[in-house]
Amino acid sequence: MSLRKYLDNIKPTFEKGGKLHAFRSVFDGLETFLYVPNTTSVSGTNIHDAIDSKRIMSFVVIALLPALLFGMYNIGYQNFAAAGKLAEASFWNMFMFGFLAVLPKLIVSYVVGLGIEFAWAQWKGEEIQEGYLVSGIIIPMIVPVSCPLWMLALACAFSVVFVKEIFGGTGMNIFNVAVAARMFLFFSYSSAMTGDRVWVATNSIFGLGNTLPDTFTAATPLGQLATGSMPDTSLADMIIGFIPGSIGETSVIAIAIGAVILLWTGIASWKTMGSVFAGGIVMAVLFHALGMTPIQWYEHIVLGGFCFGAVFMATDPVTSARTETGKYYYGFFIGALAVIVRVMNPGFPEGMMLAIFFGNMIAPLIDYCVVQCNISRRAKRVTNEK
Amino acid sequence: MANVIKLRKGLDINLRGRADKGTVEPVKSADCALVPESFGGVVPKVVVREGDSVRAGDALFVDKKHPEVKFASPVSGTVEAIVRGDRRKVLCVKVKADEVQQYVAFGPKDVASLDGEAVKQALLEAGLFGYIQQLPYAVATTPDTTPKAIFVSAFRDMPLASDFEVELKGYEKDFQTGLTALSKIQKTYLGVGVRQTASALVDAKDVEINVFDGKCPAGNVGVQVNHVSPVNKGEVVWTVDPAAVIFIGRLFNTGKVDLRRVIAVAGSEVKTPSYVETLVGTSLGAVLEGRLKATEHVRIINGNPLTGRKSTLEDYVGAHTSEVTAIPEGDDNNELLGWILPRVNQYSTSRSYFSWLLRKKEYDLDARVKGGERHMIMSGEYDKVLPMDIYGEYLIKAIIAEDIDKMEQLGIYEVSPEDFAVAEFVDSSKLELQKIVRNGLDMLRKENA
Repeated sequence: MSLRKYLDNIKPTFEKGGKLHAFRSVFDGLETFLYVPNTTSVSGTNIHDAIDSKRIMSFVVIALLPALLFGMYNIGYQNFAAAGKLAEASFWNMFMFGFLAVLPKLIVSYVVGLGIEFAWAQWKGEEIQEGYLVSGIIIPMIVPVSCPLWMLALACAFSVVFVKEIFGGTGMNIFNVAVAARMFLFFSYSSAMTGDRVWVATNSIFGLGNTLPDTFTAATPLGQLATGSMPDTSLADMIIGFIPGSIGETSVIAIAIGAVILLWTGIASWKTMGSVFAGGIVMAVLFHALGMTPIQWYEHIVLGGFCFGAVFMATDPVTSARTETGKYYYGFFIGALAVIVRVMNPGFPEGMMLAIFFGNMIAPLIDYCVVQCNISRRAKRVTNEK
Repeated sequence: MANVIKLRKGLDINLRGRADKGTVEPVKSADCALVPESFGGVVPKVVVREGDSVRAGDALFVDKKHPEVKFASPVSGTVEAIVRGDRRKVLCVKVKADEVQQYVAFGPKDVASLDGEAVKQALLEAGLFGYIQQLPYAVATTPDTTPKAIFVSAFRDMPLASDFEVELKGYEKDFQTGLTALSKIQKTYLGVGVRQTASALVDAKDVEINVFDGKCPAGNVGVQVNHVSPVNKGEVVWTVDPAAVIFIGRLFNTGKVDLRRVIAVAGSEVKTPSYVETLVGTSLGAVLEGRLKATEHVRIINGNPLTGRKSTLEDYVGAHTSEVTAIPEGDDNNELLGWILPRVNQYSTSRSYFSWLLRKKEYDLDARVKGGERHMIMSGEYDKVLPMDIYGEYLIKAIIAEDIDKMEQLGIYEVSPEDFAVAEFVDSSKLELQKIVRNGLDMLRKENA
């Protein structure tokens, strides 16, 4: 194969002593992207399962695509709806507007994040790890459409360096990289991340879409709830996703497609995902019965980032509980906490981000308790037999 | 009715090239070599010199720390070479076989009339004691240990493994004598597979029989110990390979050290996978002569593809080798865009491939790792294929961190590297789990010595 031959030819220039050694990590990444590495096992099992982390991460990205594509469409939809021109806009008009609004964010996220990863891998002499493929697509999906690119770049850089790499890279981080990026934005630049001015794109791009007046505002349904009014959207819109919100979070249907892919391939744990929903539902039913929240439990579930967080972020295997028993507690805790924050804390209309962050924080504790049970059972066995 | 123990976790990997049970051909090689490393954890002291003549049953080397543990020569002949590696480590002791074999006469004994100590002495004297292994540490045991129980697993369920019922055919009496001999030392448990029917197994006497119904690695003796009588700190369990039980039985029935055993020659790179009868120490070159499909890009494995060692034709049948397998090496295989293409011919437990659709299909797997080594990313992968009451992932982490207390608490004394073989196969982070466990066990053995 000629491509293979070409790669073999240029390979020596990237190896130690070669002219382009400084770009070894880039070459490595490209080579393993094109071809399955044909290194064979030296010790240990002589055969291996075909699964590897590249395949796993690729499937998570595939699972995220429906939500991303719908998000693009919804950005166009919200813009045209706000301008009152919904009737004259075609599907492609709206989609292209959204596509152009989201594309720079995707590019910035990947360039900044992967750039740091490549450089880090080169510095450490390690292979490039695939984790950022997923984080890099999630981060633009959980910010408002009006989030400036420089903020996004800063957030990506912060979370890749301080949340992932200093802990040792993919698999060693304690907090979910995407959640950490959003936390960074939320607490550093809250005016750009929350309120009723950020959720709808207000400028036309290359003549597409509409420029809205400066005074335009649109709150998310949860935002309306936090200010004491009832959301004015229909349940159907909430489920299909025609509501203002972060780019990828609005459509329950698109997220459900992703959930099916993740659960079917076994990449996400149904235990974690299911118990996040269980926790959220139980809490929402309770609060509704006590009269503390005006909306029904199913509205709590379909609004905001609950579904997105439950499906794509709580199930991150690295930062979630790793024991099978622990996953039930971990998921339930996140679901319940998300609704508690929404209902009890007037400062935060949305609670999913904080819930996952705190869930990440207590996951090791949950695992510690589960593993400790096994340890004390074993210790007991000794004393019993003596 | 025997005890049936059902295990839900595990994975059977259906590889192409399973040995045909119909024929057992004899194989002989001119030279024979005993490999100390294949006994596990033995530091050898060679007691013969090049040029010495030995009979089958004479000691070639002894355990340095326990010189009473001798390792018997499989053949009679002249010591041809003592092959040493780095830092003068003894790699093997080669013996050139005589035309007519002479055996040291230990004299047949009636096992029923012996006590445990006499059995032990007879095994030590004949150089067969070193075939008995132990938990903890998964190494050859020493005579100063007092086992709380002895375990024999008569079923092998690793991919391409030999079927013990084939090995047993014709040697039923020796097998029973061997079991009786072991039961004199301590209570002996025999683990059999749910599909095994040979009466020498299911009706074996003097032992407690447990029937295991489950997927690989249910046949691992370590897994069976974990479910019947788990090893606590300070306890020792002896484990004996069923083929070694036959050696022991033969010693008492015939008075000779006769290390003939039936092994499977299997794998997709073998022309007609079948069984051969050969001696421990026979060269793999002789075993595989005329049987390989190709000479290049072939991986020869001393053992099965999961737990066996990467090997060459210059290697020898080891003390616990029950099969020799050959699979494609795969280093000449360049697969494009593996992270996204369907790759129907690849086997995977993950549903991101399609092997779940083709359950019955036999796969032809090569030796590629098929991915880069990563930190542990996915959780629960090991748990699905580790049918023991052990948190595999946490144990592995404790070993990597060299945290001895944690290793003990998490049950490292109950495991052997082979128990993690299937987990190593499915691991998407491609960590070398068996090597990690081996390191952990060696570390503790040193610490507790």
